[in-house]
Amino acid sequence: MSSIIASDLLKPFKLKTKQQELLIRVSILCLVYILAFITRLFSVLRYESMIHEFDPYFNYRTTLYLTQNGFYDFWNWFDSESWYPLGRIIGGTLYPGLMVTAALIYRLLHFLRFAVHIREVCVLTAPFFASNTTIVAYFFGKEIWDSGAGLVAAILIAVCPGYISRSVAGSYDNEGVAIFALLFTFYLFVKAVNTGSLAWGLASAFGYFYMVSAWGGYVFIINLIPLYVLVLLITGRYSMRLYVAYNCMYILGMLLAMQIRFVGFQHVQSGEHMAAMGVFFLMQVFYFLDWVKHMLSDTKLFQAFLKITVTFAVAVGAVALGVGMVSGYISPWTGRFYSLLDPTYAKDHIPIIASVSEHQPTAWSSFMFDFHILLFLFPAGLYFCFKRLSDATIFIVMYGLTSMYFAGVMVRLILVATPAVCLISAIAVSATVKNLAVLLRSKNKVVQTGSTKGTSSGKASSKASLDQSQPFQKNGAMALLFGAFFLLSKYATHCTWVTSEAYSSPSIVLAARGAHGNRVIFDDYREAYFWLRQNTPPDAKVMSWWDYGYQITAMGNRTVIVDNNTWNNTHIATVGRAMSSYEDEAYEIMRSLDVDYVLVVFGGVTGYSSDDINKFLWMVRIGGGVFPVIKEPDYLVNGEYRVDKGAAPKMLNCLMYKLSYYRFGELLTEYGKPPGYDRARGVEIGNKDIKLEHLEEAFTTSNWIVRIYKVKPPNNRW
Amino acid sequence: MEISRFGLLVFTIAILASPAISDLVLSKVDRRIYLTSQIVRISSSLKVENGGPEMVSEVLLAFPELQAKKLAYLMATQHEGKGKAKNSAAALPVEVASPKDMPPALTFYSVSLPKGLAEGDSFTFDVLAVYTHALQPIPEQITQADIQLVVYQESAYYLSPYVVKVQSLSIKLPDSRIESYTKLENTKIHGSEIKYGPYENLPAFSYSPIVVHFESNEPFAVAQELVREIEVSHWGNVQVTEHYKLVHGGARSKGEFSRLDFQARPNLRGASAFRYLVANLPPRAHSVYYRDEIGNISTSHLWGDSKKTELLIEPRYPMFGGWKTAFTVGYGLPLQDFLYKLEGKRFLNITFSSPMVELIIDTLIVKVVLPEGSSDISVSAPFPVKQWQEAKISHLDIDGRPVVVLEKTNVVPEHNQYFQVYYKFNKLSMLREPLMLISGFFFLFVACIVYMHADISISKSSASYLAKQQWEEVQGAIQQVQNIISRCLTTHDKLEASLRDLSRTGDVQACKAARKAADGLLKELSKELKPLLTFLHSSPSAAQILPKVEELVAKERELQEKVMAKHSTVVDGYEKKSGARDIENRVALQQQKLTALRQEVDDLLEFIDDI
Repeated sequence: MSSIIASDLLKPFKLKTKQQELLIRVSILCLVYILAFITRLFSVLRYESMIHEFDPYFNYRTTLYLTQNGFYDFWNWFDSESWYPLGRIIGGTLYPGLMVTAALIYRLLHFLRFAVHIREVCVLTAPFFASNTTIVAYFFGKEIWDSGAGLVAAILIAVCPGYISRSVAGSYDNEGVAIFALLFTFYLFVKAVNTGSLAWGLASAFGYFYMVSAWGGYVFIINLIPLYVLVLLITGRYSMRLYVAYNCMYILGMLLAMQIRFVGFQHVQSGEHMAAMGVFFLMQVFYFLDWVKHMLSDTKLFQAFLKITVTFAVAVGAVALGVGMVSGYISPWTGRFYSLLDPTYAKDHIPIIASVSEHQPTAWSSFMFDFHILLFLFPAGLYFCFKRLSDATIFIVMYGLTSMYFAGVMVRLILVATPAVCLISAIAVSATVKNLAVLLRSKNKVVQTGSTKGTSSGKASSKASLDQSQPFQKNGAMALLFGAFFLLSKYATHCTWVTSEAYSSPSIVLAARGAHGNRVIFDDYREAYFWLRQNTPPDAKVMSWWDYGYQITAMGNRTVIVDNNTWNNTHIATVGRAMSSYEDEAYEIMRSLDVDYVLVVFGGVTGYSSDDINKFLWMVRIGGGVFPVIKEPDYLVNGEYRVDKGAAPKMLNCLMYKLSYYRFGELLTEYGKPPGYDRARGVEIGNKDIKLEHLEEAFTTSNWIVRIYKVKPPNNRW
Repeated sequence: MEISRFGLLVFTIAILASPAISDLVLSKVDRRIYLTSQIVRISSSLKVENGGPEMVSEVLLAFPELQAKKLAYLMATQHEGKGKAKNSAAALPVEVASPKDMPPALTFYSVSLPKGLAEGDSFTFDVLAVYTHALQPIPEQITQADIQLVVYQESAYYLSPYVVKVQSLSIKLPDSRIESYTKLENTKIHGSEIKYGPYENLPAFSYSPIVVHFESNEPFAVAQELVREIEVSHWGNVQVTEHYKLVHGGARSKGEFSRLDFQARPNLRGASAFRYLVANLPPRAHSVYYRDEIGNISTSHLWGDSKKTELLIEPRYPMFGGWKTAFTVGYGLPLQDFLYKLEGKRFLNITFSSPMVELIIDTLIVKVVLPEGSSDISVSAPFPVKQWQEAKISHLDIDGRPVVVLEKTNVVPEHNQYFQVYYKFNKLSMLREPLMLISGFFFLFVACIVYMHADISISKSSASYLAKQQWEEVQGAIQQVQNIISRCLTTHDKLEASLRDLSRTGDVQACKAARKAADGLLKELSKELKPLLTFLHSSPSAAQILPKVEELVAKERELQEKVMAKHSTVVDGYEKKSGARDIENRVALQQQKLTALRQEVDDLLEFIDDI
């Protein structure tokens, strides 16, 4: 009786299947949203709420400027603290999307009376946008497949290491918001193509605008979408919907993108953007032909007309492109673009791109590291996509294949491929699990009805219904489901492990295990930067390799000669030349650049391997690329790079070597090894008696990782 | 050489034999100068005797101008013999005085005696004077390997407007290494202590400059500016945040800084540098942090017991002469230790200055942030401070929290005394912020609900809008149909249940009653169903789904009939008293059909549900 009363009472609260499904879906999405955020907080918990790496420091500095001085000052900011003596026009040489986003969030929070510091906003911007990306992934998955695939996509992308690597808390970089913008633009465009609605086309144009304002990777969108449209045209899937969506997106998106000063008129002037324009005109030709076909009833006549028109259109396009190229109106492809298409290009032509480790071709291990089971699910998902081809699945297939190629060319572009891989894998997972679940459920229903029958008329027939006609099917489905569950849980543990071990280190603070298993923290970078900030004249100029430029300006608040912006190759080459010259030659260069302090990073004491000595060959190469005085072979012995006694004489006496190893020969670094034993390279250094003539040691951090030298004023002439 | 220069440089006060203002005589003066840290403390015990006929209740203390500038703290206490603890002695009021006919280069303070001195009476009291920046580094610049030498200048004779009968002076140095010192008659040296005197019967304003040049490697930590923010939260916490701008105030370092030398022989190569500072925080201090503009500083240690909390902080780099650093230390304190109630008012009773040991603070700004809504704010401080009010906007504040700002220059650890901030605060104001949050969320949800239910499409006449609306109506109708069907199904279940009851109890009447009720209900339901079906028939957008719905209704009706038939059979059987097995046999066939039909109806329901 009581149970009946209870069920009667509960009746008004009992939800319908549909509502139940909605409830489950919304709660899963909420949980995924939270999960995506908190899984990126490892670094905050393990270290502190701080900005990571190199570029984020510049972004943080500009955001700080933006919140303090307002948008117009930011837009017109001429930064004299970097690229001394040239300076840098910040407003015209950056993508402001990230900073404006963070500043808006900051303003909003303050408006809501949450007095947070801008640093906290910056640190948490990337996780916040990662959470938003999961929602977009859900809708995207729903658009191309079904809501189940959308949910799986949201879950997969929430923890995928390929994405986490650029969006942990503190990694305040353009990519943090750009991946969100990228996926959002793609989603809106696919939606526009599916519905043919101007509203969605407009929305995708705005999405594109946000993407352009946030990251240089927008070039991928402006080339992928025309390519996709072209494929649709070739496969005969031209429709009015496509026409509306593409034209709206292209024209409005282009006009909006021109508002970003760094991009300017590139959409009509640069070779990289010409594909989009060509496809735009092609669309018009298609529309025209469609109209003519509609008007002409004679197919023969139409065929002839078609031939003439197409030839004419292609000829006009080719001539226009040729004239544009020759007259210089259309700029040729940039080196970065070439290096994307041809992995070997950068190595031969642009050492400054090749010197960055994240621009190297991707190794298989890092694919496995970043994608794990998605790598196997990806082809399966492609199979499902091909099985159910539609405008949307063609798009995701093209996005997946092209971005996979780029991910193979450059390590950092794994990031761009991640959403596509997650979506396609989600289709595979969702479709498989759904098929299996349908199999299981059909059996379950029989069992269930059997049991209801059992209750109504005794237990007689319940046994009979358990006899299945196909026992293997059910068991097989069960096994496969468990297998899928096992794989997915493996994926989850792998992602968590990778996030916590590999991607949550701020790289400003280094952590190691001490002899007794205790955690040792090397905070040398900040020690040095703070020393610079406090104990050097406010107008001091610091020369260092460009990697540390952003950090020195942001944390040390001092003027630098070169920084991570790398816009002026000659300037960087000058610094490279100074570092690879003898001290007196270098002194001349430093005097001409007004250098007061020289900063080098040295890992010989701690065994920190990404120091300046290991980067030195790139300095030589980049310096030698502009100044032929510097020759790489001078620093090598039989093509081998070494720092011990057998090193090349030029190597042993160049400025970088001297500054790194000054008085290092007297230091005992490891028990049982001679003094001057370099732990990063595992050799005893070759030149222990280093005398400095024009420089003096100003500061060395407690673990010797950063060494700062003061450039002495010239001697009096008498 | 240098020392003589300094002798000239300091004061050439005219040792005028000006007339003594009263007939007071200092019968005994003992001075001890502590140079053991960067803060110079002079503790003197004075015995005054009234030699004239008039009652005297004030004693003047004279300070040369240069010293007066560096004077940070002055306190006079009644001397109570050596055995008793010093702090139990009552403090005597000290005021700035400007008596007539005195040399202008002197600054005077007058000490009020507890009771007037009649002729021949004597009174002994102690004076503690604390000076900052009184040690001057000579040479001014040293290298890393050099030791730091400082110079201190004083007068061997006690400078006083009164005649001094007997006096002595001892200077306590941190180390026995003394570069040089002025030798006068009766000068003795005992390890790290230099003694001058005793001298007898010196006239008023006697002066004899002495200079001590000695080694001092004590930390010369000077906070050029310290901003202390004390934020009171009535939720149980007093949050103290201290922003330091620190400099090494000793000899400036020049030349190279060699980490190698510093690591290998820190006491030799880097003796003048200091590596750490110690702060004595109040007991039960919690959530201590130590950071600067660019992040957390990981080199700090914290010990605590029930009496105190000791915090040792290391700056990011060793502090050499002239090097600067800036950092922030913050900690929370339990509210009940510091906040009290008095006559309807509350008052915060907390220490004024920094908890750092032996730190000179050039400018100290104390900001007391009271909860929003506090009023009638007043401050009582043990010494004069500059004071004003401002507002601070923090989390969830509307018009900001009132902030009392106190500023004092030249602060030494002796200033670390309790001060009080009185204010009125209504307990109900505490609920303001949680209520704001709750109402914020409430309105957010209300807005969501309104958004979900409001029709905000722009064109109400467009085809797609109309179609959508129609489709919604159809969906509503179908849902109602589903509702009715499922109610029918529950009625069937009830009938079945009544049959089961029958087989258990044999109560035919109850079963019939149930049948009757079910009949009525089913009739009503079928009546309800009719208009819905006609609506679905008329609606064009329901065309797709209509056959299924109709099929569902038909199947349900069939099911209904079958159930009724079964019911009648069973009840009939009972009425005719047939055997249970007999009835079951008769019903078995019906039962099979019933199950199949029920299955079909369920399937159809599910199918329609999926649309």
